[in-house]
Amino acid sequence: MTKRVFYLLGVLVVLGMLLAACGSTGQSNQPQAVKTVVVTVQAPAKGGESPSGFGETLKTVKDRGYLICGVNAQLPGFGYVDDQGNYKGFDVDFCHAVAAAIFGDPSKVEFRPLTAKERFTALQTGEIDVLIRNTTWTLTRDTELGANFAPTTFYDGQGIMVRKDSGITKLEDLEGAKICVATGTTTELNLADQMAAHNIDYTPVVFETADQVFGAYEEGRCDAVTTDKSGLVSRRVTLKNPDDHVILDITLSKEPLGPVVRQGDDQWFDIIKWVVFATFTGEEMGINSKNVDQIKASTNNPNVKKFLGLEGEMGQKLGLSDDWAYNIIKMVGNYAEIYDRNLGPGTPFNLPRGLNASWKDGGLLYAPPIR
Amino acid sequence: MMNREPEQYTEGEVLAPPTERYTILGWLHKNLFSTWYYSLLTLVTLYIVYAILKPTLIWAFQQAEWQVVVVNLRLFMVGQYPADQIFRIWLALHLLAFTAGLAWAIWLPKARRLGAFLLLIPLALAALPFISTTSKINWVIFAVAALLGWALGIWQPRRMRRPLLILLLAYFPILIFLISGVEPILKLVKTNLWGGLLLTMLLAVVGITVSFPLGILLALGRQSKLPIVKLFSVLYIEIIRGVPLVTVLFMAQLMLPLFLPPQIKIDNVLRAMAGIILFAAAYMAENVRGGLQAIPKGQHEAAWALGLNGFQTMVFIILPQALRNVIPVIVGQFIALFKDTSLVAIVGLLDLLGIASTVLAQPEFIGHQREVYLFIAMIYWVFSYAMSYASRRLEVALGVGER
Repeated sequence: MTKRVFYLLGVLVVLGMLLAACGSTGQSNQPQAVKTVVVTVQAPAKGGESPSGFGETLKTVKDRGYLICGVNAQLPGFGYVDDQGNYKGFDVDFCHAVAAAIFGDPSKVEFRPLTAKERFTALQTGEIDVLIRNTTWTLTRDTELGANFAPTTFYDGQGIMVRKDSGITKLEDLEGAKICVATGTTTELNLADQMAAHNIDYTPVVFETADQVFGAYEEGRCDAVTTDKSGLVSRRVTLKNPDDHVILDITLSKEPLGPVVRQGDDQWFDIIKWVVFATFTGEEMGINSKNVDQIKASTNNPNVKKFLGLEGEMGQKLGLSDDWAYNIIKMVGNYAEIYDRNLGPGTPFNLPRGLNASWKDGGLLYAPPIR
Repeated sequence: MMNREPEQYTEGEVLAPPTERYTILGWLHKNLFSTWYYSLLTLVTLYIVYAILKPTLIWAFQQAEWQVVVVNLRLFMVGQYPADQIFRIWLALHLLAFTAGLAWAIWLPKARRLGAFLLLIPLALAALPFISTTSKINWVIFAVAALLGWALGIWQPRRMRRPLLILLLAYFPILIFLISGVEPILKLVKTNLWGGLLLTMLLAVVGITVSFPLGILLALGRQSKLPIVKLFSVLYIEIIRGVPLVTVLFMAQLMLPLFLPPQIKIDNVLRAMAGIILFAAAYMAENVRGGLQAIPKGQHEAAWALGLNGFQTMVFIILPQALRNVIPVIVGQFIALFKDTSLVAIVGLLDLLGIASTVLAQPEFIGHQREVYLFIAMIYWVFSYAMSYASRRLEVALGVGER
């Protein structure tokens, strides 16, 4: 009899603890909740379950007082934490630009480091407001993952690196060359496709990991090495004499990287789009963080006036203040400044602009007019 | 004379077995060069050690650029924890030192040598050349706090018993309060800023502390005669033990948010903690069950004969003995968990391993993989070894296994 009572007590204690955990922090019994839910409920429809109605996201962000930006914390040049504990990088600067446009304060961002696997879940569930994490824009992702892609901020693509003294400058020079490549990746397939298309004979030297690929290249076991250009850039710095190597001006595949938002909130999508366009426009107009105040004070150009919020009430159409673009340029900079700061000549990467130049300089960056 | 001899034996003047004494050469001969093939083996082994050590040491002292570690030391230790709030972590450490000193004096008053050895660790840390003056001062305070606690315990061993228990029970909530903070008393430091060794430690400590009661309940549940409780406990333990930790973490990070209603948002550090706790609880349950089964049935019967009911028997007779028996196992589990927490780097948290990867992405330190990974491996090793050494000494002091 007493034993019974004891065991009953045990059950009550277990239940009590679970309830207490649920009530106070809501953490310790969650995976159990998952177990039951898995059986009974189908996962909610893709993308639709979080703040997603028109204007909802901006309202949520403003009420919260800061933006939550999903980033990569481990990609040289694009996202990392510096020795003071601050996030830095190309993608990170676009997070700052969004915060500057909304709050007039680029520091009002909380960064959420994300792995490649969890990034879309985090976006769909509303854990982050915007995903700026070297994410390639593809049809599948645009449709099935419930994501909307803002304009591309970085046109990446599979590139080829060779030794400077090899004299190789174009794809045709690789006739008969040995090329190091990681096996089982789209990189390997892209290389095969492109070489077949150009009718070039070559010998692929395949390895499992990127470390092996570049190790073999450095030992001289191949004439060239191929992976995404941003990857080539960061790897080149780790080679013994980076200056002995050159990344060819060849693009084997298209990897357009840009910010991503949830489907369903068109106002938020517009804001992210135009924040990116504002950085392009700043460069097109020759306005940067240093001369923006002077230009704002002296300009007579109606387009510049609209851009900097002196007339036309452009910001209000986005649900922002009219000096939104001024804040971006003043506090974060135009596209050229963001690029140069993180990837340009002053950095170890020294990556040429290439496709990422303004259309005026022969690149692909082209912003629709702000009017 | 003749009839005194047996008396002497009973007084305990038994001679100790003779100890072997060797000269250095004698020792070498006996242990390393006793036969020709032993000599060969010794030489070959020595050569292998030399071949491995020489380039390693040359690299470590001449070629390696340790600047990456020195510059990012704060990042490795506490991640992005705000610099002006780090005093709170120190406060938690000092309190820990005080409590440990007190506990040492009361429970292990004889283990002075080990205590002195442990006290040397913070002082050695204070003497490191590349850490900031604030850190040096704080390590000295840490040692002083430990000494203070110890002195207090030695001075008033009986009176300090209750305060010590209160301190031990309250330490965990105080720790969480200090680290995370509650507005408006202490500035809130959100979990996304926790990182580095701090996060690694917190994950392990929270994992063990919270899984401990859960594990005891599960172990009791598994031995229960109520079929539903038993079934639940067995299912839980066996399912969790049948999946790798990384699966549980992925489940917590990726699936959980999809199933929760959108209003409820649990941040990813708490989700990882929940995963680790649930995982550790299953193993804890099995460890505790081992302790329970080691208690002879006579203990139950003796308790009943004294008129204790089932609950009292369990709480006052069985559990204390069972838990005492499994202390070494629990310490072992803690060490394993401490290292297992590095898996959270895979789900995007910036623990010691995650911070290492982000440091490697800093433009000025690209390509310093060897320095960074060697450094964090050293940290993992130092902590794991210190804990296992302390636990072995603790076993001796507690007399576990000598019953």
